[in-house]
Amino acid sequence: MSVQSIAPEDSRSDGEPRINDFSLKFANVNGTGSASANNLILRAIFRMGVPVSGKNLFPSNIQGLPTWYEIRVSGKGHTSRSQRYDLMVAMNGQTYTEDIGQLAPGGYVLYDSTWPLPATLLRDDVNFLGVPLARLCGDAFSGPRERILMKNIAYAGAVSYLIGIDPQVLAELLEESYSGNQALRDSNQKALRLGYDYAEENLPAALPFRLEAGTGTAGKILIDGNTATALGCLYAGATVAAWYPITPATSVAENFHKLCERYRRRKVTLADGTVETRNDFVILQAEDELAALGMVIGASWAGARAFTSTSGPGISLMNELLGLAYYTEIPAVVINVQRTGPSTGMPTRVQQADLLECAYASHGDTKHILLLPADPRECFEFAVQAFDLAERFQTPVMMLSDLDIGMNDWAVDRFSWDDGYRPDRGRVLTDADIRKLGHFYRYGDEDSEFVTPRTIPGLSEHGAYFTRGSGHDRYGLYTEEADAYAQVVDRLAKKVEASAAHLPEPVIRMQDGATVGVITMGSCEGAVLEALEALSAEGTPLDYMRVRGFPFSASVRAFIDGHERCVVVEQNRDAQLRSLLILEAGVDGRRLGSILSYGGLPISAVQVIEGARREINQTGEQ
Amino acid sequence: MPSIKKPLIPLAAMPKNEIGLTIRDYEGSMSTLCAGCGHDSVTAAIVRALFELSVPPHKVVKMSGIGCSSKTTAYFDSAAHGFNSAHGRMAPIATGANAANRDALYVGISGDGDSLSIGAGHMVHAIRRNVHMIYVIENNGVYGLTKGQFSASADIGSAAKHGEANTVAPVDPVMLALSLGASFVARSFSGDKEQLVPILKAAAQHRGLALIDVISPCVQFNNHYGSTKSYRYVREHELREIDPDFIDTGREIVADLPRDGALMVAMHDGGLVRFRTLPAEYDPTDREAAMHYVNQAHARGEIPTGLLFVDESIPDVHELNHTSETPLVELPFDELCPGSAELEEFQQSFV
Repeated sequence: MSVQSIAPEDSRSDGEPRINDFSLKFANVNGTGSASANNLILRAIFRMGVPVSGKNLFPSNIQGLPTWYEIRVSGKGHTSRSQRYDLMVAMNGQTYTEDIGQLAPGGYVLYDSTWPLPATLLRDDVNFLGVPLARLCGDAFSGPRERILMKNIAYAGAVSYLIGIDPQVLAELLEESYSGNQALRDSNQKALRLGYDYAEENLPAALPFRLEAGTGTAGKILIDGNTATALGCLYAGATVAAWYPITPATSVAENFHKLCERYRRRKVTLADGTVETRNDFVILQAEDELAALGMVIGASWAGARAFTSTSGPGISLMNELLGLAYYTEIPAVVINVQRTGPSTGMPTRVQQADLLECAYASHGDTKHILLLPADPRECFEFAVQAFDLAERFQTPVMMLSDLDIGMNDWAVDRFSWDDGYRPDRGRVLTDADIRKLGHFYRYGDEDSEFVTPRTIPGLSEHGAYFTRGSGHDRYGLYTEEADAYAQVVDRLAKKVEASAAHLPEPVIRMQDGATVGVITMGSCEGAVLEALEALSAEGTPLDYMRVRGFPFSASVRAFIDGHERCVVVEQNRDAQLRSLLILEAGVDGRRLGSILSYGGLPISAVQVIEGARREINQTGEQ
Repeated sequence: MPSIKKPLIPLAAMPKNEIGLTIRDYEGSMSTLCAGCGHDSVTAAIVRALFELSVPPHKVVKMSGIGCSSKTTAYFDSAAHGFNSAHGRMAPIATGANAANRDALYVGISGDGDSLSIGAGHMVHAIRRNVHMIYVIENNGVYGLTKGQFSASADIGSAAKHGEANTVAPVDPVMLALSLGASFVARSFSGDKEQLVPILKAAAQHRGLALIDVISPCVQFNNHYGSTKSYRYVREHELREIDPDFIDTGREIVADLPRDGALMVAMHDGGLVRFRTLPAEYDPTDREAAMHYVNQAHARGEIPTGLLFVDESIPDVHELNHTSETPLVELPFDELCPGSAELEEFQQSFV
């Protein structure tokens, strides 16, 4: 089986258990409350100081369909999907066959033994661990809903025993989660104990893999990208957000709202002595994504920091106004949490397939600044940068996160904040500036980066200008003259190009003896780095570059020039990053290979390794 | 079609308003619309209303979409910022601008194509939110810039320039707005400045969205016999029973108001609307009465004009949101960014 091709990190064969190197998979029915149980296990492992990642593979549905959760425990900090499952928690009868079939030989199945497993499912080469979850919870709890919910917590208890989660840590986490609800905390404690105690009494004492507390998560937090993005928008000083509900971006706006309620509210005393709450923000749930971007453009034009968050279908609608903002030179921050397209596609599955659309969104000659974060920490940092870039270059900036980054919990270094940070508001003239200059030309007087000054409506008495998406000259006046039109659009091209120097530089890692470079972006990073490590260990060192911004900086081109051949790893069908490199970095396409994953599940290291072997063999054959 | 500045011809001393400006200070660049276009009359009414209200010219923010109507934001108040945006998108862009800076007078100019077709969804939601703005629809029943197609406000049976009759039911912005819970709904006629100016002044003092549907004939493509949006047709069918005066209480002595029992409505941002004439038993603060009145008039083939409905008690978008009185755009960064200590604290829930 190809999925066996990565050796375990800890490959001792003397019968000693593998420490902090295994994967768990939970097969559940959605809408039954399994998420909190799975999350509890994830957080407990993290809190024991063991690097861990969790990936939610869920359906576009509210209740009743299969859903899976994968937890990878990796002392080395590998975060990509392992595809080698050591323990399957099989809680969904609909998918028993598929789930049990996925286990590696020697793996374990934990199932609800209230009812016997059909004989057809039994495999000789895997171990079955029965816990009568329904019976235990049926006896211990009275409400029908509670009985179903608590089965999840009970299996979390059994799993905790099996892999060696410290019961004290679990108790602590429940205490924190349910500090406001003692009844819920008690029933969770009870269910956890049920599973834990049953496992202790009835299941094998030692599995061939287990946890050992460590310090591998010191200085780290476990956070999802959408929360991190919202936090970045808050810290950047965004005051207006407009959005339309869409998976997987919804939690950006919802988290921004929660953060604003916490940090942007103040009490004011009115003339009559009553005290009221005042919000230093406006969040508009728009009628559609087109309107959401319109609101952002209006707010940014009026001088506020404003953003919208959406996914591919929203970007399709926003195309019209992205062109307007580009041509009228209005800042606009757009967070695109990518999902699988085209059309509605698979809303709860991941892809990086909006790259080309975002790079050139809208009709006419356009090009947009893109930021490509790889994890929640970069979501936080790039979100702040997005506002600085948008205002400095007076143009839309799109941050392309994705469902995997946005909705899954990642262990990343703690975020830090420099209190000396001041927003880059770009070239905004006050009346005093205009008096000093003696004139104000909205689209003239460009600086060394081809940016022209603007003024803020309602605040500037002498800086009025007329913003139009129709043809305009350097003074902002309507024009149908070829030269006057060209003068403006030529400058726009140069302006966006000039932004490259301000975008995050690519992450580059070189290895001795490497002749082939691997190029990637965004959430592919974990899988690619893990694959490179494995390939290096088998004698194939490869260099690495992760691009983090578009337009590409000179160092992107230099990396490619420095290699005979490069292979681009990305999560879309059409090799969009490869295409963009050919188009925009002037690379000969024959020197760029491709490794693609676009089925909607996060890319794994195995896929990269297999792809790299194939690509390298091809190089040899040439 | 260049932007043409109006020549300055020194005339005899012109009257000045409270802030020392003449009406010329509220004008814009030269109109490039066709001679006789109703829209130019609307522009003139807006100039007059702003002048008489003594609005500081730069405190006006002019918003529009695309179309003949939307071009008119260039033709008034050139000291104000203007945004001639994209077809149908005026409402969301104005909503965003207003969110950022609540301390300005937003004047949105749209047309029947812009607001009743391509941007209908946006207009609906701007009304629902009660965005604090004047929302003028210069309604001529026809697409002018593309030379004469029917718009969504064309009445059934109304004839196009070359004779064919419209067969699709019209969207009536007045009934639509009333049914959506709009807080200020008026209809007027571009040829009737005497009615339109007080409506605009009241709209400027209204809290929330003031929708003004102005029948504004297109002299090129929809002013012929058989059209229900021609000057002649509107003059013959107008039902002008609801006539408001706007009384600026900041300037006039309220005690001297005629005590003739006329209905008065106090506007949120100052001033009074005094209904000079009203049909018997008509209450312009009663939404159902307004809908009934308009429906009845339509059934008789009449075009009711005037300030049809006004309700100053409906909260606007900022009141619903409890937005701070200081415009968001003026809040200092230090008050917006929680800082490093809070970030440390916040991250404690993620370990």
